[in-house]
Amino acid sequence: MNSIKNTFSSVPLEVEERNTFAKRIIPCLDVKDGRTVKGVNFVNLRDAGDPVELAWQYSQQGADELIFLDITATHERRKTMIELVKSVARQINIPFTIGGGINELTDADALLNAGADKISINSAAVRNPAFINQLAEAFGKQFVVVAVDTKNNSEKNIVFLNGGRIATGLETEQWIKEAEDRGAGEILLTSMDHDGTQNGFDCDLLKEINDNLSIPLIASGGAGAIQHFIDVFQQSNVDAALAASVFHYGEIRIPLLKEELKRNKVEVRL
Amino acid sequence: MIGIVNYGAGNIFSLTAALDRQGILYGMIDTVADFDHYDRYIIPGVGHAGTAMQKLQEKGFVPIIKSLKKPVLGICVGMQLLTSFSEEGNATLTSIIPMDTLHFNTEHLKLKVPHMGWNKVRLETENELFKNIETHSFFYFVHSYFIEFNPNFTIASANYGIKFSAAVKRDNYYGVQFHPEKSGGAGEQLLKNFTYLN
Repeated sequence: MNSIKNTFSSVPLEVEERNTFAKRIIPCLDVKDGRTVKGVNFVNLRDAGDPVELAWQYSQQGADELIFLDITATHERRKTMIELVKSVARQINIPFTIGGGINELTDADALLNAGADKISINSAAVRNPAFINQLAEAFGKQFVVVAVDTKNNSEKNIVFLNGGRIATGLETEQWIKEAEDRGAGEILLTSMDHDGTQNGFDCDLLKEINDNLSIPLIASGGAGAIQHFIDVFQQSNVDAALAASVFHYGEIRIPLLKEELKRNKVEVRL
Repeated sequence: MIGIVNYGAGNIFSLTAALDRQGILYGMIDTVADFDHYDRYIIPGVGHAGTAMQKLQEKGFVPIIKSLKKPVLGICVGMQLLTSFSEEGNATLTSIIPMDTLHFNTEHLKLKVPHMGWNKVRLETENELFKNIETHSFFYFVHSYFIEFNPNFTIASANYGIKFSAAVKRDNYYGVQFHPEKSGGAGEQLLKNFTYLN
């Protein structure tokens, strides 16, 4: 007969109780017309373009959460998104967020009912900040991630749209504060200056933002090595770190990444 | 077979998907008469505890839920409904388990709320619900309100600034604050264990 493996009596209480909340590692998948677009370098993948199979692989490797960014530009987008969310929710046993082209409450409602844990909004929130309030009231703030793309522009951190192509008049810190006040449950902050460089996260900015935030913060942009993840958690204390290509191309393997984080005293789920 | 109490509090697609993956059979409870068809029950719930209680009352489900003798599992807000009171909307709840649901004190504890992510769960007593699950396994939490720690009813605890109830039990009533359907292998094991409870 099986018994519960209850080993806590042998572990010093103090050590166990101090750190019990894990920092999250989040792979981000870009999806177009229901297929992942960035190259994927997993050896045992039958179909590298199938977001569901990729998601399953990541969940098996120990990813804590997944984000799907839908970059489909056609009229069929909503239908393919819903189908994707349903397939993911059917097969994956970790939480996931879906973003891209969510402009109305009905979009969000359909995604919730298809099994999405959270939705991410970016330009829709900038264009209509009250949309954040509406989403939070309708579905709870835990459902609402506000994604912010930031770029340094003449000594100021400015919010950009369309992948860094369009500057808004919003200062990043003020906008994040406003998003929090309006009911965002989480902030996904991407530094456009660091994104794609593989030179590390923008730890200074992330720390500044994180110190003034009372909702979780996901760091994004710049991951190129395991050390960058150690740095971002140790220096800025963000709640989660996101990356895409270093995971997709197999440059960083999640099990090794988590072992290294743990070795460096960052609490992770192993 | 599990009956899922369907009272309109949040989306249950992820829960039914998790049960499907485990090959666990279930059906939906839409009326009081439906309770007869099942030998165990899950009360799901996402969102506002006060609103969820109101929906449960409108469905006329409260008296029958209080009289159940078979295993019941409340998940997240579904667990909080088993308590006496929630600070969320200052709502009076079913009082099946005499505990209170409180808000995380962010000012005092400097916590980020919602408590959203993977937290270790410590087993307080041996219990069949956690069979084959190691103490200090990680489970996925999403909540801003928590049930206080009480050694009489808390069977597993979590620590987020303060120690609170990750799982509670009173007689045939069980509740988990985390989402087993989103908690990887440990969560799936817990759902499986629930189907074997007497």
